[in-house]
Amino acid sequence: MFKKLAIGAAFALALTPAASFAAGGGEQHIEDFHFSFEGPFGTWDQNQLQRGLQIYTEVCAACHGLRYVPLRDLEALGYSEEEVIAYSADNFEVFDPELDDFRPAIPTDHFPVNDGVGAPDLSLMAKARAGFHGPYGLGINQLFKGMGGAEYIASLLDGYTGEEKEEAGTILYENKAFPGGWISMAPPLSEDQVEFTDGHPATVEAMSEDIAAFLMWTAEPKMMERKYSGFVGVLFLSVLSVLLYLVNKRLWAGVKGKKQG
Amino acid sequence: MSGIPHDHYEPKTNGEKWLNSRLPIVGLLYDTLMIPTPKNLNWMWIWGIVLTFCLALQIVTGIVLVMHYTPHVDLAFASIEHIMRNVNGGYMLRYIHMNGASLFFVAVYIHIFRGLFYGSYKAPREITWIIGMLIYLMMMGTAFMGYVLPWGQMSFWGATVITGLFGAIPFVGEAIQTWLLGGPAVDNATLNRFFSLHYLLPFVIAALVIVHIWAFHTTGNNNPTGVEVRRTSKADAEKDTLPFWPYFVIKDLFALAVILVVFWAIVGYMPNYLGHPDNYIEANPLVTPAHIVPEWYFLPFYAILRAFTGEVWVVQFVSFITGGIVDAKFFGVIAMFGAILAMALAPWLDTSTVRSGKYRPMFKWWFYLLIIDFFALMWLGAMPAEEPYATFSLIASAYWFAYFFVILPILGVIEKPLPQPETIEEDFNAHYGKADADATPAE
Repeated sequence: MFKKLAIGAAFALALTPAASFAAGGGEQHIEDFHFSFEGPFGTWDQNQLQRGLQIYTEVCAACHGLRYVPLRDLEALGYSEEEVIAYSADNFEVFDPELDDFRPAIPTDHFPVNDGVGAPDLSLMAKARAGFHGPYGLGINQLFKGMGGAEYIASLLDGYTGEEKEEAGTILYENKAFPGGWISMAPPLSEDQVEFTDGHPATVEAMSEDIAAFLMWTAEPKMMERKYSGFVGVLFLSVLSVLLYLVNKRLWAGVKGKKQG
Repeated sequence: MSGIPHDHYEPKTNGEKWLNSRLPIVGLLYDTLMIPTPKNLNWMWIWGIVLTFCLALQIVTGIVLVMHYTPHVDLAFASIEHIMRNVNGGYMLRYIHMNGASLFFVAVYIHIFRGLFYGSYKAPREITWIIGMLIYLMMMGTAFMGYVLPWGQMSFWGATVITGLFGAIPFVGEAIQTWLLGGPAVDNATLNRFFSLHYLLPFVIAALVIVHIWAFHTTGNNNPTGVEVRRTSKADAEKDTLPFWPYFVIKDLFALAVILVVFWAIVGYMPNYLGHPDNYIEANPLVTPAHIVPEWYFLPFYAILRAFTGEVWVVQFVSFITGGIVDAKFFGVIAMFGAILAMALAPWLDTSTVRSGKYRPMFKWWFYLLIIDFFALMWLGAMPAEEPYATFSLIASAYWFAYFFVILPILGVIEKPLPQPETIEEDFNAHYGKADADATPAE
């Protein structure tokens, strides 16, 4: 009895996230988008990440920085070294203390810091927000749907209702995903704002998903490597468990007699 | 080591004799590894090995993480991102260390509740129990300070709230808080001392673990029946026990491997599930997070801390008779530490002469209720401080104290225990039957 209880207890413990708390603003609505990187075997959609980078560069970068992301990491999105060099130099200028002046960015630089208008840095945004919490804050939704940071970002960008109001001299925009319902960021995306070279449709919803996927990559660039380590480790430890089970059974066979009833 | 009679190491070759007369280390290791262990130990007795593994895992991953981490308020957060992005395998190192703390606490809680059910704390194992409680306290301190190091929002505000508890101590509180923080608020001095202590304490824990093992190797393990191993002769003792190596080492390693499958799946597939998203935002003293929530393993005691508000009559009464010295905040702090102290005092609060809960028909149900209470408190600790959670927290906290200070002392007097087996051998054979006469135990 105690054994069963304790095993149940261990299980429940493992499933109780510290992140569980009642989400503020009951009407906050997070859409459960389906991203290619979800699940144990999900992978990045490289084309989507490239589209996301394009949207970031042409739209988001005006106000938001990506301070923790080195430009050289863009090679992971399928760009060649030359393309990354060209992208860096064409799009960003960084301050070089040795020159005491600005110069075009090179791949060893990070994306520039951008806190001019007080917009938050986006490097880790997809991990700094949770999309789902679950009934009574137990985090059960997160168990099945993931933490939902990318879902939150996509829902937010696609969640403007069109309503505006002015409060203390600031214009606030109504948003279905933002806690409290009113956000100071103007709707950043509009239909066909960005022209994709691959001819992908540039609806607000599609672009929201693309940028969310890209920001998931900037937040967790090693996700695929991590899941691969997870897979190999689980497989290896499972085999080890079976072997140890057999050794243990054999070892104790001489001590234990036949089970009685 | 004294205790259960068993074979000791005899140096045979000249080299062994030479070493043994100068440093009897082989004998010490032999006696430790071959200790006679009650053969009826169930799967609840595997958590000691899991805990030892966790300590080693945390120390090893921690030492490597320190090679890349920078303890400075302007650089700490960025250095964690450096580990996650640029260090070879750094993301695995950090996620293992992060979730390793959770595995550590899962194991320690089951280990503690196992002790509470089977009466492992009772004479003659009080010292083992007290050392264990000290280890648990140090684990909490170490985990708390480790959580501050990434210098995220929850790190900073968690540190502010928890060190604020010391500020609630009457008269000297503020001075103590300033002394702990190294200044008037959580800042670089705080981060540096937490880093220093986070590195130091695991080694203190390691030393205490050795004392913990020493203590129970002197008294012998408890077991599911609570009946002592016969010590009348070596032959009698051997009927009740098996050597730790290989029987229990292999059994424990099997259990550890199974647990690690789950652990590794969490690290690989959902490493941030047990963490808080706010900790991926760099610490900002000017912005308070909407909800400050401690890590899950602190939640039960955090709930007790918050349960005793100024509206509770006990708090008002104590505040009145102490002339306001013990206010609601200080009462909460006393209650939180008192809840842990209550566990530490269990050996003297439990009046029953029967060790194992298996033979205590009434105790059983109160104990199961305590486990439910523990989970209820954990859930309540994560809930906002408002109704109806506040009332639930108060009831759940009250039960925690009632269990230790009222139920344990009274049960020993009024409860009629069930018959216990005479010997461990009897219990073992009742489960598994007698071994065949010609089958010899593996050596």
